[in-house]
Amino acid sequence: MKLEFKMIAVLTAIALASGGILAYTYVSAIDSIEKNNEEAKKKAVTKVLPGVQEYKEVKIDNHTSYFIGRKDDEVIGYAVLTEGSGFQGMIKLMVGFDRDVTKITGLEILENVETPGLGNRITEDWFKEQFKDRMPELCVVKGRKPENEHEIMAITGATISSKAVTKIVNQAFEKLKKALGGEE
Amino acid sequence: MKKGSASYEFVKGLWKENPVLVMLLGMCPTLAVSNSAINGVAMGLAVIFVLVMSSLIVSAIRKLIPSEVRIPSFIVVIATFVTMTDLFFKAKYPDISKALGPFIPLIIVNCIILARQEAFASKNSVGLSLVDALGMGLGFTWVLFLLGSIREILGFGTWFGHRVLGSWFHPLIVMILPPGAFITLGVLVGLKNMIKKES
Repeated sequence: MKLEFKMIAVLTAIALASGGILAYTYVSAIDSIEKNNEEAKKKAVTKVLPGVQEYKEVKIDNHTSYFIGRKDDEVIGYAVLTEGSGFQGMIKLMVGFDRDVTKITGLEILENVETPGLGNRITEDWFKEQFKDRMPELCVVKGRKPENEHEIMAITGATISSKAVTKIVNQAFEKLKKALGGEE
Repeated sequence: MKKGSASYEFVKGLWKENPVLVMLLGMCPTLAVSNSAINGVAMGLAVIFVLVMSSLIVSAIRKLIPSEVRIPSFIVVIATFVTMTDLFFKAKYPDISKALGPFIPLIIVNCIILARQEAFASKNSVGLSLVDALGMGLGFTWVLFLLGSIREILGFGTWFGHRVLGSWFHPLIVMILPPGAFITLGVLVGLKNMIKKES
């Protein structure tokens, strides 16, 4: 009986201490984390919509929202923040479209858990730059250079991740069109 | 150097009882994250922190923990420090946190840490546990650094992101993929055994 009591007491004490320390760490870290996320968002919008001065966020659904980017009080484009499945986990990205929603103005990968050194090369500039001035519906090509404005070249050894990004961008395009169309 | 002396407990982790090359512990992070030099070093540093802190706490409270519940106790202590590390990186160094991605939470399942609590920290003084944890952590780090360097140089032709092999070099993608990890680790363990036999 004594041993059982001691086991329960020790585990409870350790769990309480751990919970207390973690709660304290979380509370002292959460402000910085949220500020970092906000800044990352701002940086991403500025990157995918070149020249943007101010932006307004509009929610589409739980995982997707779009930003109306303005310059000198004129709409210059839209940025969609969304996520979708990659090779291993979720890929969160932001993609910018011009004001007529025909052309992509930029792409930023915000979060991914793709294989380091392979899938996570989707964050490299040469891959993201490819999307610039392309027009959805996009598709992925392997082993040859893209021939038209719908084609994206896959990363060697990371076809699934490349396809995933392309698919998420296509979905972002559809969602944005639907959201904008519904508004008018 | 005698067993039980601080210098022995420190040095053993570096070579004689190296957690990766000799004990073959912590294979999951070793194989998964050693595809570039920087990943290996970052993983090693995070493991050193968690290992040292967990060993200190476990060794300090070792007489209070009934042996029947020692494993859950160790795991809670380890998980606490891993989560703290994760939050710390996210708050202070968002760029590093992004680069490490899932590696940090993965430290919880690194059996080197649990093994050191079970085999050493729960039976030895705080001071000895500290040097043991440091030695084991550094032993883990240098092997991961070496593995990461070999795989990055052969697989990408780069080292810490800088090109070290000329354009004549055709990258061996297999070195970055999981088979490259197994091959490189196997060769390193073999080399270690050859050196051991001769000395």
